[in-house]
Amino acid sequence: MLRFLAPFAVFVALIIFFAIGLTRDPREIPSPLINQPAPTFTLQQLQVPAKQFSPADMRGQVWLFNVWASWCVSCREEHPVFVELAKRNLVPIVGLNYKDQRPDALQWLTQFGNPYVLSVTDFDGRIGIDYGVYGVPETYVIDKQGVIRMKHIGPVTPQILQDKILPKVQELSK
Amino acid sequence: MIPELGHFALILALTLALAQGILPLIGAATNQTNFMAVARPAAQGQFVFVAIAFACLAYAFLVNDFSVQYVATNSNTRLPAQYRFAAVWGGHEGSILLWTLTLSVWTLLVTLFSRHLPQEMAARVLGVMGLISVGFLLFMLLVSNPFDRLIPAAMEGRDLNPLLQDPGMVIHPPILYIGYVGFSVAFAFALAALMGGRLDAAWARWSRPWTTAAWMFLTLGIALGSWWAYYELGWGGWWFWDPVENASFLPWLVGTALIHSLAVTEKRGTFKSWTVLLAITAFSLSLLGTFLVRSGVLTSVHAFATDPKRGVFILIFLAIVIGASLLLFAWRAPKVGLGGKFALISRETFLLANNVLLLVATGAVLLGTLYPLFIDALDLGKISVGPPYFDAVFMPLMAPAIFLMGIGPFARWKEQSLPELAKRLKWAFGVALISALLMPLIIGKWTPLISFGLLLAFWVIAAGVYGVWSRLAQTPGVMLSRIAKQTPSWWGMQLAHLGIAIFIIGVTLVKGYETENDVRMNIGSTVTMNNYVFTFRGATQQAGPNYQAWVGDVEISKNGKLVTTMHPEKRNYLATGMAMTEAAIDAGITRDLYVALGEPLENGAWSVRVYHKPFVDWIWGGCVLMALGGLLAISDRRYRLHQRSAKASDALPVGSQA
Repeated sequence: MLRFLAPFAVFVALIIFFAIGLTRDPREIPSPLINQPAPTFTLQQLQVPAKQFSPADMRGQVWLFNVWASWCVSCREEHPVFVELAKRNLVPIVGLNYKDQRPDALQWLTQFGNPYVLSVTDFDGRIGIDYGVYGVPETYVIDKQGVIRMKHIGPVTPQILQDKILPKVQELSK
Repeated sequence: MIPELGHFALILALTLALAQGILPLIGAATNQTNFMAVARPAAQGQFVFVAIAFACLAYAFLVNDFSVQYVATNSNTRLPAQYRFAAVWGGHEGSILLWTLTLSVWTLLVTLFSRHLPQEMAARVLGVMGLISVGFLLFMLLVSNPFDRLIPAAMEGRDLNPLLQDPGMVIHPPILYIGYVGFSVAFAFALAALMGGRLDAAWARWSRPWTTAAWMFLTLGIALGSWWAYYELGWGGWWFWDPVENASFLPWLVGTALIHSLAVTEKRGTFKSWTVLLAITAFSLSLLGTFLVRSGVLTSVHAFATDPKRGVFILIFLAIVIGASLLLFAWRAPKVGLGGKFALISRETFLLANNVLLLVATGAVLLGTLYPLFIDALDLGKISVGPPYFDAVFMPLMAPAIFLMGIGPFARWKEQSLPELAKRLKWAFGVALISALLMPLIIGKWTPLISFGLLLAFWVIAAGVYGVWSRLAQTPGVMLSRIAKQTPSWWGMQLAHLGIAIFIIGVTLVKGYETENDVRMNIGSTVTMNNYVFTFRGATQQAGPNYQAWVGDVEISKNGKLVTTMHPEKRNYLATGMAMTEAAIDAGITRDLYVALGEPLENGAWSVRVYHKPFVDWIWGGCVLMALGGLLAISDRRYRLHQRSAKASDALPVGSQA
């Protein structure tokens, strides 16, 4: 009898997890990095491997730091939003090409367009760990002093850009 | 007025579903014929009203009735008529209505084809299906009514997601749902058998055609979805292990196990409680898939606007349906008893091993799909699980299953001598091994993985060919009559297994040999790939019904001769402003040529993505063969012979059905 109850027991455990899962928003993730200085790094640039980039280079301006990868399906969803944003020249976007391969990443940018002032390469994902990257895509708003002010996980939609990210950028740019 | 009629039809359908769900079950328990007799008319009436509701919603779409919230959200006056119709299931509420309609169609079919069943069995099956329908009708009426009005009405609709404006979208969801929901029949049969304490060969035989039919549609539905992703998303992939894809794949895996387990239960009377559990699991996973997709507990590219009330409703429904059936299982299954004995090496063992491998694979995929949710619920952080996990886990589990697939049909029921089996199959294995080792060398590049993939495929083919040959050789008569003398279900099994092999060849070759090139193409410039020369003749602007498109003109030639001209498009949908890539594909048996437009560059130049995908269509071709195999199996007339002695089924020749 008892072993015939095993499927039921497994199912009850699943239901409990689902019930907890329903109370969470899988896209809403608290980041301990908010209002902390952006972790520093020095990484190769994607297009020009000879050149390097470090967050300190962006001192004095508000900028977006967007984690992307050519293997990431949702990145394709948000990419047109960034391509449009780049055309408007409101805020520079730096890309973190995460756990990717250079040829794939370059091809991806050729195909979908390149909204980034530059992308840096984090092929082994180390910098991703410092930034607490859970899933790709992720987008950080970093202020003039190099402090992370906002983090968005998941694809940026035109609405999120308009209602959350751009107001934050404007506020920080004052 | 029409939407209110639809709403009212749903309410009437609910009352009939309640009658269908409650009275026959009471009747069967207390042996009251008049209560049981309610099942058929109530089920048929329910179908009529659900169909009316569906027609009302379709009508609202076709006449652009933007005073209906759901229509205003998912349609637009400029949307072509066929997509306005497909938009009925382009969003949440309509999807649930389609689910319910599909369920009522299956129920209707059960009422028509169950005349030979004992009355209490038919009453219980229809009763269980009625209760499931109650859940979905309540779900619609309480928290996701497709007929909710929008007052004042919108002037223009928001348009259907451009991704869904495609012929594939018109047929993919209905076929997939027919498969998903079809497992409800096997589920209802399993519960009815548990309630009645009748878990016997007859029960298995009744369940088999229904299960195979559902499996067949699910196979086609998944294949269609994959094919649609391939040509519509514009980056040439065909499977992404996305949670929603997994949600459809999980019932398929369990359904496959169920088909094989049912065969054992029918032929040998064993695996009874296991088969029942599989039937419950297959449908539970269909429901689970609905929950995952509709509640938004996981992030997915198929993400929909989610409403927590809906999630809670489906979860409670899930808990009641699956929980109750598993409790019923725990209560009744111990009394079922064991069936015929079998030796360690026997067809039963091979099928059991395959079943276990399929179930472990299901568990692995389920774990990967739900892992982010578990970790989050335990407050351990947030993570995502991607293709590397699934590839690493799924393939090693499937390889032995496919190896066994070649052997299974040769093994005898009850007991099989291993040396004899090895003797019969050594040539098939030898041929498969040698051709798998050599083939990649002939094609040009040898890697262990390509060779191994081909080995599995060739092994299944060689064993299948040998099996067919030796079977036909044993049958007397001229060749045509020998072929006709084998049962359709045996041919169906061979065909479905061949489909798996074809599928594996497609996957192996496309993964091993595909080439892609991202190039900047000026007007007149060329790119060469596998002897094909692609010449870009420029792109022109054209207007579609509800979009503006750049249409590229790419000439393909080989050895100086023009092969074809391809027209990839870049569309911009007017209502949503979304840009879509429409790849151009020149399909062929040995290769697809695939051209997609990237971004416009200066002076009429474009970035263009070009693929050469060898044997990619074999992936879907294999799925079609599997489905055809299922169709052949269903057509077997023994399922329509109502009076059959158990003896006759045991007397069938060895290897008749797996």
